[in-house]
Amino acid sequence: MARFTVNGTVVTLDIEPEMPLLWALRNEIGLTGTKYGCGIAQCGACTVLVDGKAVRSCVLPVSGAEGKTITTIEGLATEGRPHPVQEAWVAEDVPQCGYCQSGQILSAVALLKQKPQPTDADINTITNICRCGTYVRVRRAIHRAAASKA
Amino acid sequence: MGEGIENITRRRFVVTGTTLAGGMALGLVVPGAAQAASPEMGARYWGADSVDPGEVNAWVLVNPDDSIVLRCPMAEMGQGTGSGLPMLLAEELECDWKKVKVEFASVNRNIRENNVYRDMLTVGSRGIRSTYEYVQQGGASARARLIAAAAARWGVPVEQCSAAQGAVRHVPSGRSQRYGQLAADAAKITLTAEPRIKLPVEFKLAGTRQPRLDSTVKSNGSAKFGIDTREAGQLYASIMSCPVPGGKLVSVDESVIAGRRGIRQVVKLDDAVAVVADNYWRANEALKALKIVWDGGAAATTDSGQFAQAYREALDGPMVTARNDGDAKGVVARSSHVVEAAYETPLLAHATMEPCNATVHLTADRLDIWMGSQSALANSRMAAQLTGLKPEQVYFHQAFLGGGFGRRSNGDELRHAILVAKAGKIDVPLQLLWSREQDMRADRFRPQSAIRMKGALSADGRLDALHIESVCGSIQRSSNPAAAADGLDNTALEGIGPSVPYNKVPNWYTGLLLKNTHIPVSYWRSVGGSQNTFYLESFIDELAHAAGRDPLEFRRSLTDRADALAVLNKLAEMSNWSSKLPKGTGRGISLADNHGAIGGHVAEVTVDDKGAVRVTRVFAATDAYHVVNPNLVEAQIEGGVIFGLTAMLYGDINVKNGAAQENNFDSYRMVRLADAPDVKTALALTGAMDEKGKPKWGGVGECSVAPIAAAVANAIFDAAGKRIRSLPFKNIKWTELTRL
Repeated sequence: MARFTVNGTVVTLDIEPEMPLLWALRNEIGLTGTKYGCGIAQCGACTVLVDGKAVRSCVLPVSGAEGKTITTIEGLATEGRPHPVQEAWVAEDVPQCGYCQSGQILSAVALLKQKPQPTDADINTITNICRCGTYVRVRRAIHRAAASKA
Repeated sequence: MGEGIENITRRRFVVTGTTLAGGMALGLVVPGAAQAASPEMGARYWGADSVDPGEVNAWVLVNPDDSIVLRCPMAEMGQGTGSGLPMLLAEELECDWKKVKVEFASVNRNIRENNVYRDMLTVGSRGIRSTYEYVQQGGASARARLIAAAAARWGVPVEQCSAAQGAVRHVPSGRSQRYGQLAADAAKITLTAEPRIKLPVEFKLAGTRQPRLDSTVKSNGSAKFGIDTREAGQLYASIMSCPVPGGKLVSVDESVIAGRRGIRQVVKLDDAVAVVADNYWRANEALKALKIVWDGGAAATTDSGQFAQAYREALDGPMVTARNDGDAKGVVARSSHVVEAAYETPLLAHATMEPCNATVHLTADRLDIWMGSQSALANSRMAAQLTGLKPEQVYFHQAFLGGGFGRRSNGDELRHAILVAKAGKIDVPLQLLWSREQDMRADRFRPQSAIRMKGALSADGRLDALHIESVCGSIQRSSNPAAAADGLDNTALEGIGPSVPYNKVPNWYTGLLLKNTHIPVSYWRSVGGSQNTFYLESFIDELAHAAGRDPLEFRRSLTDRADALAVLNKLAEMSNWSSKLPKGTGRGISLADNHGAIGGHVAEVTVDDKGAVRVTRVFAATDAYHVVNPNLVEAQIEGGVIFGLTAMLYGDINVKNGAAQENNFDSYRMVRLADAPDVKTALALTGAMDEKGKPKWGGVGECSVAPIAAAVANAIFDAAGKRIRSLPFKNIKWTELTRL
């Protein structure tokens, strides 16, 4: 049995301990906002927060998530209000196809926790891939979110 | 309201996960107050397949509460047409833009209603330019019916009535009725003549900067991509194609997965093996464990080295004349100043972020398809053929596309899903998802090519003649060997044949030899321009330097086209072209006429003495003549730069033993934030009319992809004096490259 907390709800699943968290979220729990992109921790489309840190859920077996607190894109808003990073994303119209954006947003949320006023060099530590090439606006949105919290 | 609309509303508020255990809602998405009065797109892009009693025509549905649903016939894959075309509809409809909801037009209705939504083909940057007339007409026609309905109700002439902001007003009396009150009557109106559509100068909404409609659903995880389809009782399949395209399956040893949890069956196709399970991960892990024997045939001994040599050698062979202005051969032969260079580029994968997938539910008399496709109508017809159903028995639910770039057109993934469902006699919804490895290796790649160019310069540095010989894979022949019977495939000529921004080169020859291997090739964002613009614009830079002329000024001398000059002039201004750069930095320019727009870049790079290149800034100017939404045009330009830069710096697919070797983002590297340049965009719109006197509309999905490679290569030359003649840059051996 795997047991962890997702977006504030305790989840118990009768699944293989080696099943990556990504597939537990998408196939067993039905939270499809977390995306499959590569399966080898390269692209970051599957990024979720595990105890507040950005983690590539495609290579984290559920055994490694045991007892931990997971936040997915669906759980980022509080009391119906989008997270400031989500608001910045909409304000800058960052998404194009949108497929990588859940992961981009959660990576940005994790960065801003560590570095509330990130430099461009700090932002460059985010390695999520966006094939549409939204990086110019990703950067702008992170700076905007930082400014809104300042 | 139609069932689709109700569902969209419900799903906006609650994201519900369906689980094997019976369902669990772990995410709650409540739109903010600001969104209540905004135009919007639902988390689910597809609309209802039934005719709604509230619709004025197939394009416009007006609800009694005055909310409006507009149908968009183009896929939404990030390019923004799902936000742009509805602006044109709303422009003609004269409705309140804030009350608009957008959904994908029904493919099934299109089949049943005599192609009311036309080809529904989202390719070639044509989402606006090939559709604007009938989309505007749909909106104008709906407005005319609403006006006629009001006039009839009031017993007044239609000429005395006007429409604005979602209401019809009788001008003399000041009486007014809202569209919601008029829609039912309007639907019954027959117009004696269709109203004329607006010219861009009459626009109020179109042409203005507006937010895209899908930013919210794509920032909260609710947007439904094909991969997110979750239907009751759904099963999942992972498939592996024969690694050598054209090869066959010999045998599969299934014993190694016996007793594995959740596995339903192994399905064998002629050239692929699929595992069906109750969970995708289980299916894919089992597939990876299978012992599979393939027969790759004769192609299994081929590799990229052989291909590259064969393409180079073919440059010496006969060519088919694609373009022959003046006497380029003669002028080059007689010239005392000829510049010559050979270039080459590799196969490239599309690598959409969402791996290709399709979910199908096949029953005796109906097929439901959930996927994101650039070609939903043609895919539906293909599905009908594969299943033996009638096209009107196929229901295509168009999801958002997690990237397209030309990959999501031919329905390879849908064909797989249908064949597996049929062969496995699977009567529940089946989601077939290509693993990243399958997606990359089973791609239809950007063609490989080699080229030789000669330019004749006059004593005073004018370009007298261009002589181009190209050997290139044929996209048309790759899917149909009988195609391009005359030896010419336009896709291979884009950027070196007819579609170039230069019209003042007096002697121009382009010869083409189409050369295909067993590796399938297809449309890749910017198509022929992806390689040919790199070739031509790099070579023009070589010619400018050989002539001792400024590369931008040299280009100006090659054209008197207003669009090309507008872009060159804008680039000169925005990049501060004539300013000096510090040592170790360089600046390069490049220009393309690609899929409906002139796109130009000035790239700035830094190069260290070991050849480490960093692209720091890109200035991008575009003439797309008329545009609907500058915000989304700029996004396309910004993104296209990155897409093309990835190919320039890192992109290659190498074949070994007949099979593509790169199969994921570790070996097929992408530009990331750390190597993404700042991109400054500017529109240089000349607003031209076409030869028929109609407004000329641009397409902007590809015009910024084509020119970036040469802009960067030319900047590298400017900084370091070394000329890049083959891509990707990562394979360049810097120390072996001669300083020119």
